[in-house]
Amino acid sequence: MPAPVELKGQTASAGLALGLVFFLPEPVAQDRVAGSPSTEAAALRGAIAASVASITGLIEGHKGEAADILEFQVAMLEDDTLLQPALDRVNSGSPAQTAWREVLDTEIAGYAASPEDYFRARASDLMDMRDRVLMNLAGAAAKPKIPGGAIILATDVPPSRFLELDWSQGGGLVLAHGSTASHVAMLARARGVPMLVGVAGADVPGGHSEAILEASSGRLCLSPSAADKEIYEASRQAAQASHRNDQAYATKPAVTRDGIAVEILVNVAEPSDLDRIAVNTCDGIGLMRSEFLFRDGAPLPDEDQQFTAYCRLLEWAQGRPVTVRTLDIGGDKPVQGLTAPGESNPFLGLRGVRLTLVRRDVFKAQLRALARAAVHGQLKIMLPMVSVPEEIAESARLLDDVMADLAAAGVPARRPALGIMVEVPAVAIVPELFAPAAFFSIGSNDLTQYVMAAARDLAAIGRLYQPGNPAMLALIRNTVRAAGAMGRPVSLCGDMAGDERYIGALLAAGLRSLSVAPAALGHVKAVIAGLTIGAEHTNQGGETL
Amino acid sequence: MSALDPETAEPFVTVAVLMTHQTGLHARPSVTFTKLAKTFPCSISLATAPDGPWTDAKSIAKVMATRVPMGATLHLRARGAGAGEAVEALRSLVERHFDEGGVDAGSR
Repeated sequence: MPAPVELKGQTASAGLALGLVFFLPEPVAQDRVAGSPSTEAAALRGAIAASVASITGLIEGHKGEAADILEFQVAMLEDDTLLQPALDRVNSGSPAQTAWREVLDTEIAGYAASPEDYFRARASDLMDMRDRVLMNLAGAAAKPKIPGGAIILATDVPPSRFLELDWSQGGGLVLAHGSTASHVAMLARARGVPMLVGVAGADVPGGHSEAILEASSGRLCLSPSAADKEIYEASRQAAQASHRNDQAYATKPAVTRDGIAVEILVNVAEPSDLDRIAVNTCDGIGLMRSEFLFRDGAPLPDEDQQFTAYCRLLEWAQGRPVTVRTLDIGGDKPVQGLTAPGESNPFLGLRGVRLTLVRRDVFKAQLRALARAAVHGQLKIMLPMVSVPEEIAESARLLDDVMADLAAAGVPARRPALGIMVEVPAVAIVPELFAPAAFFSIGSNDLTQYVMAAARDLAAIGRLYQPGNPAMLALIRNTVRAAGAMGRPVSLCGDMAGDERYIGALLAAGLRSLSVAPAALGHVKAVIAGLTIGAEHTNQGGETL
Repeated sequence: MSALDPETAEPFVTVAVLMTHQTGLHARPSVTFTKLAKTFPCSISLATAPDGPWTDAKSIAKVMATRVPMGATLHLRARGAGAGEAVEALRSLVERHFDEGGVDAGSR
């Protein structure tokens, strides 16, 4: 047996697998003898029809994203835009397979050269179509038999091939090329098939018969040793138990071992995130980042576009609260035409509410859309990067203006509660000066960076970026205490809330509301269920243990 | 709104609609869009600017190649039998976000 070899790649779909190694060869269309143009044209039409039929057959066994990908291929195969130039080539003497390959390769090159990940990833869908037709033209070589549960190594795998493979016994996929944005990566995530892309050397057979795939950490171990397998088995059991445990908690309310209820909200960056979250696994949306509407380089969204987007969130939430943060750009999130270029220190610059108070046209359009949407659910507005109380007062005045305009125009609207992010130390130190805010949400990521004076993205000072630093916990306690005294709700929506190392400290600091990433919902609830906070931390006071 | 084609003098029916779908006119929306376009006998084309270049709205390869992003204004024009219904039906589809979530794999 060859010595163990470890290869590294990018995680396309998390998970663990141990199985036999199977090298999936590139499909090779066999040579065929070309006939007259009319024979070749008939052969090409026949091969396309056969491809449409086999993909249509696959669609019947699949739903959702998988079916959509296959439908896209069928629509492309049935499009004369691709067929006609291939037939033209056939008529001027090209064999069918050459004609088809040339036309598809030109089309594929166009997608492969796109600056957008999405379009580049579609190139593999087109290669899939191209090769299927070529195989049909060549009279389809027999498909190799793949053992169930195998770890499949290949250069790249097209979506239709992925769907033909049997994943019911586990296994995994390792690609030398590929992209985390490809359809295959989406399918692998949807089915929980562990998958790595960009693994150099994965397509070179090395005589390995067995492999361990630790997709979450980007590792592939070929010909693992007995010790490697023992470690794998232990992590597999731990992962399984922890996942089962998390799932069991996901749909239940979060309650500590000593009976303290905690509100668990979800952070959402894209409306499409909501398709993957069951609404009954959270108590609402604690942070909706509105930046998804304002993409760098794209035209600014108008009020109606925003209104439609906000209404969709409220519809999803079914009466649960939805907190939308107003445009938070600047800092590390530039948007052409809005943010100030060339700031020497953008994190201390014109960002968040500082920017929207300057760009009142953009701010008012967003406030109007939010006030109109608020008629359809429990919507709240949250201001980012507030440093002084005047920023709340100014924003509130703009909101009043907007309400007056809407009322005058007879447009249905409701004034949403106006709260703030606590992410600038000036707020966390004296939160009692910010009483005009209807609620507080601690943005622990930026607060950590400002309190520790340590950027989040610099490896050299990574050890100073400490969310759990005593200074941070003191500020969190201070904010919770002041909010309690003013009767304002307080929550925390940074990465700390989803990190099991800090949840105990946050509850001990008096927080009873956390907003976490969708993937962390079950795990956070499971962690909370194992914690004992003690009555001295319940904010009700009086009783001591 | 209508414009005259100098060759046939038959009027185009033209509408403009804003792409609010979050990914733009990508694979899945393009399938739904071209399928609907093909149900009309008239010729239909689309563009991202009011004066073209115009692309065959019934060809998914061409529609995908147009790469209409979110936030773009999509111009639709049609000529011939059912032109008015065609552009209205397509506009409404774009406004309904291509009925996403309701795409039935078995309906083809």
